[in-house]
Amino acid sequence: MNKITKNNLITYGIVIFAYIVFEILMLTGNLSSHLKGLLVPMTYYAVIAVALNLCVGILGELSIGHCGFMCLGAFSSAFFSKATENVLPTVPRFIIAFIIGIGVAALFGFLIGIPVLRLKGDYLAIVTLAFGEIIKNVINSFYIGIDSKGLHMNMKSAMDLNMEADGNVIVNGAMGITGTPHNANFTIGIVVLLISLFIVQNLINSRDGRAIMAIRDNYIAAEATGINVTGYKMMAFTISAAIAGAAGVLFSHNITTLTASSQYFGYNASIMILVYVVLGGIGNIRGSVIAACILYMLPELLRGLNTYRMLIYSIILIVMMIVNWSPKIIAWREKKFGKSGMFGLIGRIIFRRNKEVA
Amino acid sequence: MKKFNKVVSAVMTSALALTMLAGCGSGAASGSDTFKIGAIGPLTGAAAAYGNAVVNGAQIAVDEINEAGGINGVKIEYKGEDDELNAEKSVNAYNTLKDWGMQILVGSTTSACSIAVSENTKADNMFQLTPSGSAEDCVKYDNVFRVCFSDPNQGIASAQYISDHNLATKVGIIYDSSDVYSSGIYQKFAQESEGKNYEIVSAEAYTQDNNTDFSVQLQKAKDAGADLVFLPIYYSDAALILTQANTMGYAPTFFGVDGMDGILTVENFDTSLAEGLMLLTPFAADATDDLTVNFVKKYNEKYGETPNQFAADAYDAVYIIKAAIEKSGVTPDMSVSDIGSKLSEAMTQIEASGLTSSKMTWEASGEPNKEPKAVVIKGGVYVSAE
Repeated sequence: MNKITKNNLITYGIVIFAYIVFEILMLTGNLSSHLKGLLVPMTYYAVIAVALNLCVGILGELSIGHCGFMCLGAFSSAFFSKATENVLPTVPRFIIAFIIGIGVAALFGFLIGIPVLRLKGDYLAIVTLAFGEIIKNVINSFYIGIDSKGLHMNMKSAMDLNMEADGNVIVNGAMGITGTPHNANFTIGIVVLLISLFIVQNLINSRDGRAIMAIRDNYIAAEATGINVTGYKMMAFTISAAIAGAAGVLFSHNITTLTASSQYFGYNASIMILVYVVLGGIGNIRGSVIAACILYMLPELLRGLNTYRMLIYSIILIVMMIVNWSPKIIAWREKKFGKSGMFGLIGRIIFRRNKEVA
Repeated sequence: MKKFNKVVSAVMTSALALTMLAGCGSGAASGSDTFKIGAIGPLTGAAAAYGNAVVNGAQIAVDEINEAGGINGVKIEYKGEDDELNAEKSVNAYNTLKDWGMQILVGSTTSACSIAVSENTKADNMFQLTPSGSAEDCVKYDNVFRVCFSDPNQGIASAQYISDHNLATKVGIIYDSSDVYSSGIYQKFAQESEGKNYEIVSAEAYTQDNNTDFSVQLQKAKDAGADLVFLPIYYSDAALILTQANTMGYAPTFFGVDGMDGILTVENFDTSLAEGLMLLTPFAADATDDLTVNFVKKYNEKYGETPNQFAADAYDAVYIIKAAIEKSGVTPDMSVSDIGSKLSEAMTQIEASGLTSSKMTWEASGEPNKEPKAVVIKGGVYVSAE
């Protein structure tokens, strides 16, 4: 068993272990309903953090519009689920919803990737930001309904759909989709998280993954060795978008009201995901998962402090960033606790720094 | 062996972290000598004004009831939680309150959050009374009722009012297509307007991303000859529209809905421009009846500001719950689900009066029956339009 395989197994192990512990707590009735409610959001934020880490850490391209792909996955799958709610049984419907959500997000990742991936660095970041906002605003202006005559769609208003009396408006402009079946649960979330981890970790350790990282580390050298730079960039970006789409499917099937508004899919939300990735360690997949879980849970666990919690959350964020990443503190930590001390171990195992990126 | 150590310590750390988390929970309350009422709303962020109004308004009602000896001699315990205007966080807030032992929910403040939470209250059969969740879907479950008008009702009431009082022959509309509230009212208003004694000559949308320049929308309404402009929007945007209409010399009647309440408090807004503005609102802070005067005074003393309709809705909500509890005779030692069923049943039988209407009754669907109040701004204050 080589080092990489072992490292990957530890990641799966942590996720499965966390799953088992929470399940046991739930079965024995020791988990508060507050925490129970946090479990599913935690999994989908971990999934999208993994997706973004593939783009930012492995491909090395800063994307700050990733919530746009999550939005696409959420809306396309919610649309399907709502439209076929009374036609298909739950299990196949939810599976197809996943396929649709992932497919649509991947398709748009591909299409957007064509112009966007010709850019580098800051320019790419700005353009992805713009695309994230465009996706959100376009979805906001759609009105789609279904009646006995089939699908009606326009971008003006729900009345202009001219539907029959039996019509059902599914996507209602800014009001989005309400009443998506509540199908997502913790088990499904964990399965999706494990699958995304499996895909990303295996991609990294494959020939393709090495090519992608070569592009990140030295673009010119990679091109000179005959790597199809555009092709690999597209591949990584599309996979990343697809996984973000899967997170969107979980999102829309967990919260029954879905609106394409900025607090869920705007650039602020995208930057929050980026914070998960940066704090967990750019290029460190396991770190993203753990950081996403901790940072999502933190403001919730601080609820007791009322409105002060936002302030405290920000301070904790700054402190965590410094403790984890300041070179001086890392040196101090190693001196004080030793590399094998508890603190050093947590630091190295959880927030294992990726030397290549540094 | 070193590798093994690493694995073990990874497992140990995660176990440690998890036990810490698990310790936070499991506070199933058994408070059987008080009613526990919870409220949810955005207490931080851009919409904090609404959430704080709801939480504070309900607090005043709770204090009053407790001072007067409680409901059937039973005191109320009350707690408000923040949802940051985020449906996901609203569900988290609901779960937090549930852990605290909440039996009855006043919330959520906003529509999308309220819909998301109603999915959970339905599963628990908890009685939910939203003071201000106005979207149609907020009350689609049997255990959910509301205090305010629904968006469609406001649209219908506005269309009725304009037609009954012959206010216009040609109507222009400016609405916010990115906002659920605004587009909801607009849709119903447009539907209801068919066959009325006026016609809609222009309907122009804007979004929250371009809510600074309304000259195009105003120009279209002006060119179409609209003598009344319907503004189903919030007051901050409306203040800009009134200012810009004045600059271009366009002076139709402006007609708003309850989101217009607050326009006289906009900073740097020349309130003389709002002269003649009509709005449908359930609550006017300068009304002279004893109930309103008393409420406004208490709110001002406690929180240092004048309450808006959200606060009034929440204040009424607590008294409505009181009436429903008295009618159904539920006691705090009953289970949440039993209380929920009994209160839902009692809601259709009670008749409440409060700040937002002197007579309110409820359908089993959860919709309130009450008369809309129209006011017109004259001399910088609300005056009844009747």
